[in-house]
Amino acid sequence: MHMADALISPAVGGTMWAISGGLITYCARRVKDSLRDNLVPLMGVLGAFIFTAQTINFSIPGTGSSGHLGGGLILAVLLGPHAAFLVIASVLTVQAFFFADGGLLALGCNIFNLGFYPSFVAYPFLYRAIANNRYVSPRAVVAAIAAAVAGLQLGAFSVVLETKASGLSDLPFGTFVLLMQPIHLAIGLVEGLTTAAVVSFVARARPEVMPTACPAASAAVNMRPVLLGLLTAAVAVGGALSWFASTHPDGLEWSIAKITGKDEIAGAESGLRRRLSEVQETTAVLPDYGFKAPADTASGKMASAGEESSAAWPAVSAGTSVAGLAGGAATMVLVSLVGFVLNRWHARAARCRGESQKAR
Amino acid sequence: MDELGRQDTPVHRLDARVKTVTTFLFIVFVMSFSRDEVSALTPFFLFPVTLMFLGQIPPRSLFRKILVAAPFAVAVGIFNPLLDQRTVAVFGATPVSGGWFSFASIMLRFVLTVSAALVLVACTGMHRLCEGLERLGVPRVFAVQLLFLYRYLFIIADEGSRMLRSIELRSTGTKKMRFRVYVSLVGHLLLRSMARADRVYRSMLARGFDGQVRVSRPAPLRWADPAFLFGWAAFFVVARTWNLADMLGGLFMKGAS
Repeated sequence: MHMADALISPAVGGTMWAISGGLITYCARRVKDSLRDNLVPLMGVLGAFIFTAQTINFSIPGTGSSGHLGGGLILAVLLGPHAAFLVIASVLTVQAFFFADGGLLALGCNIFNLGFYPSFVAYPFLYRAIANNRYVSPRAVVAAIAAAVAGLQLGAFSVVLETKASGLSDLPFGTFVLLMQPIHLAIGLVEGLTTAAVVSFVARARPEVMPTACPAASAAVNMRPVLLGLLTAAVAVGGALSWFASTHPDGLEWSIAKITGKDEIAGAESGLRRRLSEVQETTAVLPDYGFKAPADTASGKMASAGEESSAAWPAVSAGTSVAGLAGGAATMVLVSLVGFVLNRWHARAARCRGESQKAR
Repeated sequence: MDELGRQDTPVHRLDARVKTVTTFLFIVFVMSFSRDEVSALTPFFLFPVTLMFLGQIPPRSLFRKILVAAPFAVAVGIFNPLLDQRTVAVFGATPVSGGWFSFASIMLRFVLTVSAALVLVACTGMHRLCEGLERLGVPRVFAVQLLFLYRYLFIIADEGSRMLRSIELRSTGTKKMRFRVYVSLVGHLLLRSMARADRVYRSMLARGFDGQVRVSRPAPLRWADPAFLFGWAAFFVVARTWNLADMLGGLFMKGAS
């Protein structure tokens, strides 16, 4: 569900950055005030654990697809919502910086979609309310599934809203929602089930590591019938949806592919998009930098598509676009030349340094 | 990646805050272009390319990282040519639709933003990057969390891959893991991670940890730092306002005719 920069406009990206930044500051203060020193290494190591756990897959029987542990809910259960939010935010930041998974501009959106809902909505209002500190019980399984499904549904809906508000994609709202929500329902079921199972495993093996006193493990209810019943339900749902889950691992990609592949989208600009680009003009972070194109530039392409109300594609004559391509190619050659010169200069500087050191 | 960050080049010596802010400006400028822009984006390659060569980052490793992430951008962009089939340019006898332009634009943006982020990390190193983030106002708890996460990422990943290998060696013939096995495996990995966190905490206490993590010493800004920031900002503004590539192309076309 990681959004890429290609889907996000600077206005939406900036807003979500501000919201997520505020949440991070708030959570950092709460974690600092909690005076649990051992949280520092625990949060770091559990972040690394989530990274690894997401690469380990199990097969969902009868569907041919596979599932893995989500991140948010299990962290919230183990660490509490504030620390969990920080860990999710840090995992997403490292993913964006090192693995180019989700863009930097979209990082605020991703932190909000994948961190806020599981930690601050699904965990306190669903998981904690239903499970009531009993990690090894059917209640916990129901709680985990309800929380995971709710968290992912809200997150998926936010993806749709943010994409729509950015206006970079022309996907129709209703279709996008109808495709995003069901696939994340399936993903949520799998995530809830895995979370419940892993939490109950840990609570039985090491009850003392769970945040609040867990009732004696001997009183544990046998999980097998519950798991079996829920697995059957998951298989039923998964079976109905598996054909896409196996070929398109990411629900967001799949939904976009599905919509854009099927529908011819009208080029007309929606009112929302136009209004937002107006908002963007007035609320631009750097107003005097003049993102608006001067009227006398050589080509009319500078004007953003949103400002040209009649057509999505700015009026481009073949001549200017050919000139643009030639210019683009020439620029690339220039840039490589700059790189080449810098490289040579560097090598020479290094040689000089080496010689002067030898001379000494 | 971390070894690259430990080099000592003019770019590495720049202040981490300056590099972070400049990279962020760069991404905002690149993303502020309209959807179909292609040629005006090309001058922006100057930024990552300059940093790459000044920072002595091997281009090959960078390209490989970009390629790994490319499928997502391709998946998002490849449908534009199908959606937008109006012809906007003709090369020889081949008409080119608007969709291909916006696809090219998405791919260019993708390569630009991803390479800028990767170059930033490679030119700065995680340690200095987190220190810079903290001095930019990111809460210390979060900066320390990023450092710890990065420190243990590869260790826990190694642990996970050892567990996976051992399970593969013990279960020949079965293709994929069953749910029960998976739960036990991941549960054990979780327990081991928590035990490791506990050991780390104890050794931190043994070394005098008092609840405050001190990130390395602050270095004063040198004149090169603001020069770097404002120089690049000026270039971004110029490249955003005027289509430099079009101008260059116009010169060429004029010369040809």
